[in-house]
Amino acid sequence: MPPDQTPSPPLGGFMARNRAAQPAAFHPAYKTSVWRSPRAPLLSFPSSLSEETGPVFGQSLLGPLDADLLSNFAAPGETAIGPRIIVHGRVVDESGRGVPGALVEVWQANAGGRYRHAKEGYLAPLDPNFGGCGRCLTDAEGHYSFRTVMPGPYPWPNGGNDWRPAHIHLSLFGPSFAQRLITQMYFEGDPLIPLCPILGAVTDAAALQRLVATLDMQATIPMDSRAFRFDIVLRGRRQSVFENRKEGL
Amino acid sequence: MPPFIETASQTAGPYVHIGCTPNVCGIAMYGGDLGAVMRTGPVRGEEITLTGAVHDGMGAVLKDALVEIWQADAAGLFNTPFERRGQADPNFTGFGRSAGDMNTGEFTFHTLKPGRVPWPDGRLQAPHVSVWVVARGINIGLQTRLYFADEEAANAEDPILSRIEHRARAETLIARRTAPGAYRFDIHLQGPKETVFLDI
Repeated sequence: MPPDQTPSPPLGGFMARNRAAQPAAFHPAYKTSVWRSPRAPLLSFPSSLSEETGPVFGQSLLGPLDADLLSNFAAPGETAIGPRIIVHGRVVDESGRGVPGALVEVWQANAGGRYRHAKEGYLAPLDPNFGGCGRCLTDAEGHYSFRTVMPGPYPWPNGGNDWRPAHIHLSLFGPSFAQRLITQMYFEGDPLIPLCPILGAVTDAAALQRLVATLDMQATIPMDSRAFRFDIVLRGRRQSVFENRKEGL
Repeated sequence: MPPFIETASQTAGPYVHIGCTPNVCGIAMYGGDLGAVMRTGPVRGEEITLTGAVHDGMGAVLKDALVEIWQADAAGLFNTPFERRGQADPNFTGFGRSAGDMNTGEFTFHTLKPGRVPWPDGRLQAPHVSVWVVARGINIGLQTRLYFADEEAANAEDPILSRIEHRARAETLIARRTAPGAYRFDIHLQGPKETVFLDI
């Protein structure tokens, strides 16, 4: 988004993070977190320009197929194998304002549950026409969408018989480094969701529910793709008491 | 008004590089990885290299971390359309992303020494780089900062560094100069050398 089209962000520092809705860093059921979670309390400070600014990416970053995982790695005339889906939603901040120009990067396993990665150990086949990554920018109101295949669930070496529910990883850049977020979206109705130790680190039931994308039959493409809706909330800023503004809360 | 609460974070998992640095793991996409180049032309200020690694609570180096940095240019200005104080150096992005070396886990950023940025009350912060770390096993991304050992005077009056009561812990935010223009910064997720992580 060129600078002349970029709306001003709300002023004021960032609201304190709502940790109750976030996963615990130390969650022994997810074994890798045991040695990788800080034990000292995090040091609290008000945000400064260093956190209130951040990289802003424009449309010139994107190629025409970046948001189409069905074809962005496929040979000409080919397409990825698996149930075709659209994932879409809106990115807003904690004040409910749409976040325009947010970069959304996604990655996922293929329809068989296998990632295109040297360290991947699952036996399911690679799909030669599926790379497993894509990206897009939100529009002026914060909407995003991409096309892909429904990822498969897969076993992973945590417990003796742990399976990840089908999921897509999302990495988000709002305009501020303090908003940086990586999350995963899951699919409505997946029976593996309540069994997953990674999801189990989110103990707030409502927060957990918000990680589940809902089937959206209004946004399907007939005879082509189902659609799933996944809305995302990034951190919000306090209104500065020094600014006489009507917008916002 | 409906409640809007920040979406819960989830671990980036072992394959974060597929999505964030696909070229590093052999997936040729986008004409190159985002954040791989921070200097897009001649820059003002001192060009430096930041190197380090992320260590777990047993002291082992993570080989699957993703480290991002964000910083001001040499004049203390940020390269974003939201910068209102002046025009940042157009040849410096301020944003870097490193997957780390597949074998050693070491991350490297070719960047520049940042200038001083004001704190909300107007005092100047010491030169610093904002750092964000994600990896398998990290359920919510970790924010920290890198300061420079050769900025003693500025560090002494920095609003964050000077308020860390445990001086040994403050040292975890200091990058050491290893050669002209080269600094080393190791991040410890846990253990006796645990890095100070920030709740900003």
